Amino acid sequence: MSQNTGSEATGTARVKRGMAEMLKGGVIMDVVNVEQAKIAEDAGACAVMALERVPADIRAQGGVARMSDPDMIQKIQAAVSIPVMAKVRIGHFVEAQIIESLGVDYIDESEVLTPADYTNHIDKWNFKIPFVCGATNLGEALRRINEGAAMIRSKGEAGTGDVSNAMTHMRTIGGEIRRLTSMREDELYVAAKELQAPYALVKEVAETGKLPVVLFTAGGIATPADAALMMQMGADGVFIGSGIFKSGNPAQRAAACVKATTFYQDAKVLADASRGLGEAMVGINVSDIPVPHRLAERGW
Amino acid sequence: MIVGVLALQGDFREHIAATNSCGHSAVEIRTAEDLEKIDALILPGGESTTIIQLSELFDLYAPIRTKIAKGLPVYGSCAGMILLADRIVDGKEGQKTFGGINMTVRRNAFGRQVDSFESDLKFNGHSLHAVFIRAPWVEEVGEGVQVLSEAAGHAVAVRQGNLLATSFHPELTSDMAVHEYFFEEICKGR
Repeated sequence: MSQNTGSEATGTARVKRGMAEMLKGGVIMDVVNVEQAKIAEDAGACAVMALERVPADIRAQGGVARMSDPDMIQKIQAAVSIPVMAKVRIGHFVEAQIIESLGVDYIDESEVLTPADYTNHIDKWNFKIPFVCGATNLGEALRRINEGAAMIRSKGEAGTGDVSNAMTHMRTIGGEIRRLTSMREDELYVAAKELQAPYALVKEVAETGKLPVVLFTAGGIATPADAALMMQMGADGVFIGSGIFKSGNPAQRAAACVKATTFYQDAKVLADASRGLGEAMVGINVSDIPVPHRLAERGW
Repeated sequence: MIVGVLALQGDFREHIAATNSCGHSAVEIRTAEDLEKIDALILPGGESTTIIQLSELFDLYAPIRTKIAKGLPVYGSCAGMILLADRIVDGKEGQKTFGGINMTVRRNAFGRQVDSFESDLKFNGHSLHAVFIRAPWVEEVGEGVQVLSEAAGHAVAVRQGNLLATSFHPELTSDMAVHEYFFEEICKGR
């Protein structure tokens, strides 16, 4: 592994955020075994998320959802050359320590798993491994960045195949950013108070017109058109959880979603990518899920 | 000068910003037709497996190889270095490259993300601060390849003719020395 040259620094904000920059324009796919991980890599996924159950199954089976078995994660690490991510419960910093020790490339502190702490998230500055966290609005995104998140994903509603919540969250985050850029400087103090976010980050977003880290989207993306929709809404890339391996032809759908994420502005490519994909995952309308059972409500 | 940046996946926006800040016009390359109007090409950081896959699916693979063979100046950072290598190790089974530089590159050679690092190094005699992310290194160079930087005992920046490759990401820093070198020393005079 890396030899020290004396002047080298690992685990800096720049290498953590930089790692996310390299994932941009790509699709990160949920996989539950080596076979799926290889299908994802062959289809052109820019990373895989190793977990024991995809969100649709977590939702169907209920119970407490936790970090995956290290054996399962390491088998996937050994099987593919692309980055491997893994999920830990919100606030469960020991699960994060364990995942970091496995040499996983990115941790998702995820609302898809059952939270371990209903007040605090993980202090992500304490880790060398970078974290991605979910957000439903700008204030939530900036609170996670303040805790050390190096990448944000809009939450959507995982395991549904219903893209409407992802859309809402992308519109909310984008709208709140645009609002900040139109404000007078002396109004940003109150904006920070209203967003419940640190003033320094609010000011930075007002000046640059974007988050200081990469913004992916997640939760309910099931088709190439969904992926392209999110890219046109300003996402830097997409997570697809249950959408691929709960569908009729995962390899073909995975490749189609990769194409659609790159050529998101080209309707002809999108039409071709959408042809003959077979059965999509069986969807659940978010509006049919009682609010207390919605995963996006977890995290604050 | 019009500089194409391969925009299939990865940090192509950062290379576009770097190119524009050096006073050139950057354009995104997604199709073979896009390649016809450029004076130079940049292959960005990203996932080399994803980029090569998309280049084959969208009929860019052969045209880029042809352009390289005809002497188009090309600069690749990180994944871009892998794509310019004639030989790779630790890649995905059967992973292809565009090739062009007579070298063997080891993919993810410095380790996984927890081993990603920043370090000061010399590039062609100039001091710069380099960012390495799941970076490859040059395992060995063949004839005709000039080594421009080393880190931890391995070549991390190389040039062969009109082709330039770095393991690190100058596009993530404000020091444009590598881009300037590419534009001034390689592209100019063609």
